[in-house]
Amino acid sequence: MKEQLEQIKLSAIGSIEKADTLSQLEELRVQYLGKKGELTLVLRNMKDLSAEERPIVGQLANIVREDIEKRLVLKKGLLESSEQNQKLQEETIDITMPGKGLSYGHMHPLEQTLEEIQRIFLGMGYEIIDGREVETAYYNFDALNLGEDHPARDEQDTFYITNDIVLRTATSPVQVHTMETQELPIRMIAPGRVYRSDEVDATHSPVFHQIEGLVIDKNITFGDLKGVLAEFAKALFGDKVEVKFRPHYFPFTEPSAEADVSCVMCGGSGCNVCKGTGWIEVLGCGMVHPKVLEMAGIDPNVYSGFAFGMGLERLTMLKYNINDLRLFYENDIRFLSQF
Amino acid sequence: MNVPMSWLKQYVDIDVDIKTFEDRMTMSGSKVEKIEESGKEITRVVAGKIIEVSSHPNADKLRIMQVEIGGEKPLQIVTAATNVQLGDVVPVALDGATLAKGLVIKSGKLRGEVSEGMFCSVEELGFDEKDIEDAPHNGVYVFNRPITLGSDVKPYFGLGEVVVEYEITSNRPDCFSILGIAREAAATFNKPFHFPEIKVNEVDGDAMGMASVEIKNDKLCPRYAARIIKNVKVGPSPKWLKDRLISAGLRPINNIVDITNYMLLEFGQPMHAFDYDKLAGHSIIVRNAADGEKMKTLFGDEITLDSSMLVIADQEKPVAVAGVMGGEDTKVTDETTTILFECANFNGYSIRQTSKKLGLRSDSSIKYTKGLDPNTITLALERAAQLISEVGAGEVVKGVIDVYPVKREKLTISYDIKWINKFLGTDLPEEEMIGYFKALEFDVNQQAKTVTIPTYRPDVTMMADLAEEVARLYGYDRIMPTLERGKPTIGRKNFEQLVCDDIRSFMSMFGIHGALTYTFESPKVFDKLNLDETSPLRNTLKITNPLGEDFSIMRTTTLNGLLSSLSTNYNRRVEDAALYEIGKIYVKDEDGQLPKEVKKLTMGMYGRKVDFFTLKGVIESLLKKLHVSKTEVTRNSELEFMHPGRCANLTINGVYAGYFGEIHPQTAKNYDLEVKTYVAELDLQVLLDSITQDITFKPLPKYPSTARDIAMLVKEEVLVGAIEKTIKERSGKLLEKVELFDVYQGKQIEDGYKSVAYKLTFRAEDRTLTDEEVQKVMKKVLNGLEMNCGAKLRD
Repeated sequence: MKEQLEQIKLSAIGSIEKADTLSQLEELRVQYLGKKGELTLVLRNMKDLSAEERPIVGQLANIVREDIEKRLVLKKGLLESSEQNQKLQEETIDITMPGKGLSYGHMHPLEQTLEEIQRIFLGMGYEIIDGREVETAYYNFDALNLGEDHPARDEQDTFYITNDIVLRTATSPVQVHTMETQELPIRMIAPGRVYRSDEVDATHSPVFHQIEGLVIDKNITFGDLKGVLAEFAKALFGDKVEVKFRPHYFPFTEPSAEADVSCVMCGGSGCNVCKGTGWIEVLGCGMVHPKVLEMAGIDPNVYSGFAFGMGLERLTMLKYNINDLRLFYENDIRFLSQF
Repeated sequence: MNVPMSWLKQYVDIDVDIKTFEDRMTMSGSKVEKIEESGKEITRVVAGKIIEVSSHPNADKLRIMQVEIGGEKPLQIVTAATNVQLGDVVPVALDGATLAKGLVIKSGKLRGEVSEGMFCSVEELGFDEKDIEDAPHNGVYVFNRPITLGSDVKPYFGLGEVVVEYEITSNRPDCFSILGIAREAAATFNKPFHFPEIKVNEVDGDAMGMASVEIKNDKLCPRYAARIIKNVKVGPSPKWLKDRLISAGLRPINNIVDITNYMLLEFGQPMHAFDYDKLAGHSIIVRNAADGEKMKTLFGDEITLDSSMLVIADQEKPVAVAGVMGGEDTKVTDETTTILFECANFNGYSIRQTSKKLGLRSDSSIKYTKGLDPNTITLALERAAQLISEVGAGEVVKGVIDVYPVKREKLTISYDIKWINKFLGTDLPEEEMIGYFKALEFDVNQQAKTVTIPTYRPDVTMMADLAEEVARLYGYDRIMPTLERGKPTIGRKNFEQLVCDDIRSFMSMFGIHGALTYTFESPKVFDKLNLDETSPLRNTLKITNPLGEDFSIMRTTTLNGLLSSLSTNYNRRVEDAALYEIGKIYVKDEDGQLPKEVKKLTMGMYGRKVDFFTLKGVIESLLKKLHVSKTEVTRNSELEFMHPGRCANLTINGVYAGYFGEIHPQTAKNYDLEVKTYVAELDLQVLLDSITQDITFKPLPKYPSTARDIAMLVKEEVLVGAIEKTIKERSGKLLEKVELFDVYQGKQIEDGYKSVAYKLTFRAEDRTLTDEEVQKVMKKVLNGLEMNCGAKLRD
């Protein structure tokens, strides 16, 4: 009987090794271990053995069964994985075929730039304030130190609704409203539309967007203005950008400055965009004029602050090298989809 | 402001190169816009002397000349010029020379004879014949004054001058003059400023006895001064004066006009010359015009004045619009023998208004508009008188007529070194700041800690102004950038801004692109939108000085902007387009106060996959995303620009929130949209007000749901909305979901009817529903549908 068991084992091992499909393997399992399998039949004949022989043969039979089972499992694993590999092979696709077009909408490039700028200032503790576009002449001019007879009042090409109501020429009136109503300290930016009677061309539009900024606190210095705006310029245009502040004049700031950044196109060596100067003017700024503080009810002996303003169209045109401002208001999808 | 460098250098020693000069002037506040060299296009033109003349063997009209240009060998030049002869010194364009209008000269052969250059006329050097006094008519120029042979001819003609253009800000009227810029340059480079030496050569007489000046409105004319010039000889100016004007871009006219222009440049002070003999009563009266009073300008145009305008009048009539333009009657002519030379100060604002009203601008009015210093007059008038006698334009009669009722006094202000340092974020010693004040010609009193400001600097009135002077002379670039360290504030967006962000990202998700359109438009858009004549949308805020009709009213609907943009896309053959804009409309206030600015969310779309329900689906999803509930959609057939059968109102909590649907085919046609176009205009504030901010978690269901399908026949005019409403009302709390899955008309359905099929899903929170329970609800639903909608159940 022992020889019989050895025989079964050898034959089973050989067949299992040769099997190359899962169904063949299953047949082998039935053939050896099934209810009518060869091993089962042998065990069934155990009753004919003597009491001494029975445990020895029984033990051997168990070892043989375990061995066959183990080999079946092993082989099954091998066959399964090779069958899966085969299947995977068949399922191979051309991954260079185009993706299925899940279309999405693009935010307007001006709103994208605005959001980028807003994030920079939000990070520095500024809030965002919305202001009205149709303003009183008082807030657009007088409260910003531009009295009736101020020569600069004419330079602004103002649209009038009545003598006292105008379309704001800058976002600066929001400064005054904020100073009049908010608690100190103030850190805010005010983006929005402004209006000037410029004919439409590649670089002008009678309506465009500005972003105003204002900081009022104790001990604010001109150095702070330079520091904050330089950080801003680096955040927007990249760390490599250099910032230069030049003296300028605005009625509502003193001292006033214009800030240039090293040309974003050529890096300062001179190109078409910077007209060969290596610098591009990006914003106007200055220390809030003591008279403006006073008119808004803030004591200039205790508080100081700085203000700045920049054109959103201009910044966006620089950022993406857009050469015609009119594109922003045409809303051609082929333009919008580029951003 | 254009300033020739040579002119500037007369008053201040500049010893740096032009690039350094440009940078430092810009950094001290006089921004250099441009640097130009006059006659830059003219190159390789030298003086040459004709030393031999012979005839051309092959051409009668040409001559061959040997020309000495200082080199070893003379040049041979073939010329057709007839006005030159042996011994003449002429401008010679050498091989490779460039001349005016891009002309390039090359050596070559003319009818077989070598010609190594060309003789030039003044036109070829960029002038007009009239510009150069001794220029022959249609001929080669011949030098009348000595010039080195072989030398560049440009300096002879006043060319080769470097002219710097500055951007002058409106707070610095003093810098609209060469002296003003020279003062700034002196302060910038810390060099002495040499004011021109003024000495007037007077002849006997009594100017004050010869003419009288009376100021009737000293608010608009704080000062009026004049001198009398007799034995006037109107004629060309000497060369130096002409060259000066040419270098600054002005054309010389005659000595009197040239001196006026010279003063305008050098001092920035306008002057005006009257023909003394034509002034009735030899008197000057500065007064307001009478309404309707008329005057002929020196260009011969008759203008009508009004009482807001200041005029210079004699005893009978206005002879000039003060500061703007002189009159024809008293203008200086070749016959003039005596002149009254005006040097006055007028109110800039008034001049601006007058100039605007009359539509007249002159170099003088532009200068006055900036606001000039009345104290400049004293020296300016003397300088002009000096020039008059120097150039031989006439004799200056002894005495100055000077009426100066409202004196501008110098302002003295305190300085506080500590305050200025704190304000700027600097640490400059007192001596350094005082150095800057002195460089600017401020009088410093160190004991009293005050400075006295010259009257030509009305921009300096307080300590912040002094801080600016210090900062710009110290150098903005040298002030250390710092980050402010005040009381911290939190940077955050407000509710509306956050919701708008949500809307924008939602629109992106749905393939709708962000648009921005003009907020003012033409009243014609209302016709394009087929609006009724009485539509309230036609009641707009109007711009009184628009850039033309197209931009003349503030919009009362955002629709035109978006339709125009869709039309642009459509007509550029973009097949699918979907746009949205968050933008304002402007609602006129009937009491003339500020208008209401109302924000709208506008959407518009057309394309292959778009219909009414696409747009409706977007709106429904948006409302869900924003957690807006209690919405209702009702038919709106009233809007003129919308399809009457395909337009709906959206109400939220019973408040009108806007409309959406398909635009009227006529409107579509008006916008050249040959495609069904869908739009929505929603009120942002209504959306904001309806957003539920507290969202409470509902446990996920523990028990299974049960679904039932029903199909029914109803008359075709029954709205599915009504069916749904009934289903919801009738099934109560157990109904979880109701989905419309089929609407059918056609075969097997009786005419005038439609088949509508729904799937109803029921669920209870606390148990599995039994068949009987669901059956009971379904029965109620079916009864309701039969009663309310006349529905017949289909098998």
